[in-house]
Formats: sequence, C-alpha cells, structure tokens
Amino acid sequence: MSKSAVDVPPMGGFNFDLCRRNDMLAKKGVNPPSFRKTGTTIVGIVFQDGIILGADTRATEGPIVCDKNCEKIHYMAPNIYCCGAGTAADTEAVTDMVSSQLQLHRYHTGRESRVITALTLLKKHLFNYQGYVSAALVLGGVDCTGPHLHTIYPHGSTDTLPFATMGSGSLAAMAIFESKYREGLNRDEGIKLVCEAICSGVFNDLGSGSNVDVCVITKGHKEYLRNHMLPNPRTYISSRGYTFPKKTEVLITKITPLKDKEVVIEGGDAMEE
Amino acid sequence: MDLKAPHSMGTTIIGVTYNGGVVLGADSRTSTGMYIANRASDKITQLTDNVYICRSGSAANSQIVSDHVRYFLHQHTIQLGQPATVKVAANLVRLISYNNKNMLETGLIVGGWDKYEGGKIYAIPLGGTIIKQPFAIGGSGSGYLYGFFDQAWKEKMTKDEAEQLVVKAVSLAMARDGASGGVVRTVIINSDGVIGNFYPGDGLPLWHEELESHNSLLDILNASGPEPMNI
Repeated sequence: MSKSAVDVPPMGGFNFDLCRRNDMLAKKGVNPPSFRKTGTTIVGIVFQDGIILGADTRATEGPIVCDKNCEKIHYMAPNIYCCGAGTAADTEAVTDMVSSQLQLHRYHTGRESRVITALTLLKKHLFNYQGYVSAALVLGGVDCTGPHLHTIYPHGSTDTLPFATMGSGSLAAMAIFESKYREGLNRDEGIKLVCEAICSGVFNDLGSGSNVDVCVITKGHKEYLRNHMLPNPRTYISSRGYTFPKKTEVLITKITPLKDKEVVIEGGDAMEE
Repeated sequence: MDLKAPHSMGTTIIGVTYNGGVVLGADSRTSTGMYIANRASDKITQLTDNVYICRSGSAANSQIVSDHVRYFLHQHTIQLGQPATVKVAANLVRLISYNNKNMLETGLIVGGWDKYEGGKIYAIPLGGTIIKQPFAIGGSGSGYLYGFFDQAWKEKMTKDEAEQLVVKAVSLAMARDGASGGVVRTVIINSDGVIGNFYPGDGLPLWHEELESHNSLLDILNASGPEPMNI
C-alpha cells in the first residue's frame, strides 16, 4: 500500500487490500471465521401518554437462531422497562442487577423509582467495564417527573431522545421513525408505528426476526404485550400439516407404586424459651 | 459499519467571551463510526448555575467527567456558601482530565460567569492542560475555524455580536466537517443568568456551493396525510 501525503479516513464499501493475502491463506487451508451478528432490533418512542417500547424476538448464536421467541424487554421497576441488545447474557445480567438495586432503593426511600436513577446506575456500571459488558439498552419509563426515554451504549454514553432504536436492525427501524414519527401520537398510532419499525428490522435485517413484543407504559399503568404481532407463522408445504406415525411400540405396561413414607419421631428436647 | 464502536462526538465546540459574559456554542452530532447515533444531542452540559461545559471527543468519557465535576462542584458550593468560580470549575475538570490522561479521550471547554472575574473561558484539551483564553474552539470541526477566528474575533463585542459570531462559526464548520452537523445550540451566561438558544439546521446561512433544500423530509412531515404515489 502506498503511503499518501494526506491521511485518508477509511471510506465505506468493501476494502480490497487484504484479498490477495486471504486467497493465499485459503490455499494453505486457513479459512476466515464465519460471519457473526449479534442481531436484534429494539425501539422506543415517547407518545402523548407515556412510553412505548418494542423488540423483536430472535436470539442468534453465530449463524444459528438459538431462540425463536426470546424476551428482550426486561423488567426494571413497575414503571420502568428496558430493552436490551448485544450479548444476551450481559443485557440480562445488567438489567437484573440494576432492577434489584432499584428495588432496594425503593425500600430505602419509600418512593416510586425514577428513570434517571436507573439510567445513572446502568451508565456507571457500563462505563466501569469500559465497553466490555456488551449491552446496548433502550430504557423507558414514566415517573413523577414525566415520561423518559434514554439509550445507553456499551461504553457508558447515554442519549435522551423522543424516539430511539438500537441493535443491528436499528438503521432499518430508524428509517421508519424518521419518516413517520411525530409528537403527540395516541396509543394505537404509537403501537402501530413501533410494530412497523420492528417489522422493518425483522424483514430487512438478518439478525432480527420472528415476533414483535410491545410494552406500553403510562402514568400508573403498564401493559406488556408479549407477541403482539406474529408476522412469521410456521408454514407447511401441505395445507393439512404433517402427521407422523407413532415411533415406539408399547410391549408391556407395569405400574410400580413408590414405597410408603415412614414417619420417624425422635425423642428430642423441647425448645427452651 | 461498526455499531459497537465507542461513540465519539466529532463535534465543533466554541466558547467566546464578550463584554459582560460568555457565549458557548456547539453542533449536535454524535456518531458511531459512520452512523449518526444522535442527530440532536446537547453537548453543552451544566456544571453549576453559572458554569457550563462544552464536551467533545468520546461521548462516554466526557459525560462521566462532567458528572464527576458536577458532583464535586455541588459539594464545594455547599462548603463555600456561595456560587463556585469558573476558575475552580475549570481546574476540577483539569485535575480529572490530567490525572486520567491515559484512559480518557475528551477535549473540553469550560465557560461561565462569576462575580470576581466576570465571564471567563478555559480550554482543557486532550492531555489535561488548562488554558485561559478570550475565545476557545475545539473538536474535529475546529480545524476549519482557526483562520476564521483570527480574522473575525474582536475584543469587547456585545452579546448579540458574540452569539452571531458563534452561530456563524459553528455553521461554517458544520458545512465542511463530516463529523459535525445537525443543529446549533448556544448558551449565553452573564450576571443576569443563563439563556439557551436553539438554531435548527435548515435555518442556518448557506455557504459556498450549498443549495436550498427542496422537497425535503420536513415538508412531508408537515403535510397532513401520506402523499399518494405518482406514476
């Protein structure tokens, strides 16, 4: 590679510099690692009465879908929910941990948790691990100060936005929001918009798929609509479905009851006051 | 495109003193690699009632540094019994920046007003130096503004002149720097208090080769219903 006088920043598109080296290595039997995606489309919007969060339900392990219907919208507090993208273990662990901390805080203060408290706890934890806890979160909730929607990135930076998307399908979902979002949506319009955005991720991103989960949070009330939309039904070639013959033949049926429980009374000491 | 890259704020940040206070200005773009993660971020953060900080560089680092300084300044204000001075705020930022220089990547501009020194601007670039200046610029877009400020800066401007200078400068940098864009936010701090202003991107002046927008998304958003497709 020739050195240029001016440093050119990396451009988009495919970089062909290493193709010859890769060919040489492949001939020697060293194959490149297969394509890995962490997958997910998670979104959140602020609507007129509160917050709506949405997520797809596909969990991937490399190229394999390991869970076709996982839950990505995690409980933080009765009035706060958090969608998680990135490494599933990290998002589960960090949201569970902060959810416990919030509950302890509620016992201490005697008050409903605030979204900004959850935000600060998550942000501090993620910053301490310098991005190695790979959890990208969309945190939303309604507290005494109003509705709040935040995004939290693995390195600990946060943004406060009226609509937010995260995960590999975030660009597809953001395209929907940028063209159709407006302030003061009502509940049905909001849910429709969130479903559209998640579907855009489900159909256009390889790492997102299956069903759409929605969570609506308003002042004093929350609704977790698990599998609100199922746009990917299981289809069979034959319209009657399949029937499989029973595999194992029953030869004998013998029922053996378990032994009776024996009660043993020991001559123990009575408890002293 | 690397969605797991740490967020950096490409940024253009500016702090300018005028006769009676300071004006801080910034763009609003936060990028992750080539994707704009937040096109309307607020890079001017409050430290105390009378001192604000402009953040550039790594988004996470600068947010954490400002949170720490806000916490210490709050305690300091309580102990002192009166508002903190800009010099103390800037030095607290400098101490954190300098002592953690191996782990932090953030350039900051601290500006504010106090009753002893009036309006003051302190620049705290990457290594943790502290420089008191009549005006300071920072971020990736600032490279395009050094010559502009050499020519356009003058002492003892009025509040409106200073704000117009800041808005003009940020919009010039946004026109040339890919990592800066969105809207222009300004914060004016003087003895009367703090005023924050917002200049949407489509209202900024157009520079060389920039064209007026036609059929932009903003027209579609303002329309009443979905537009029918025309064959």
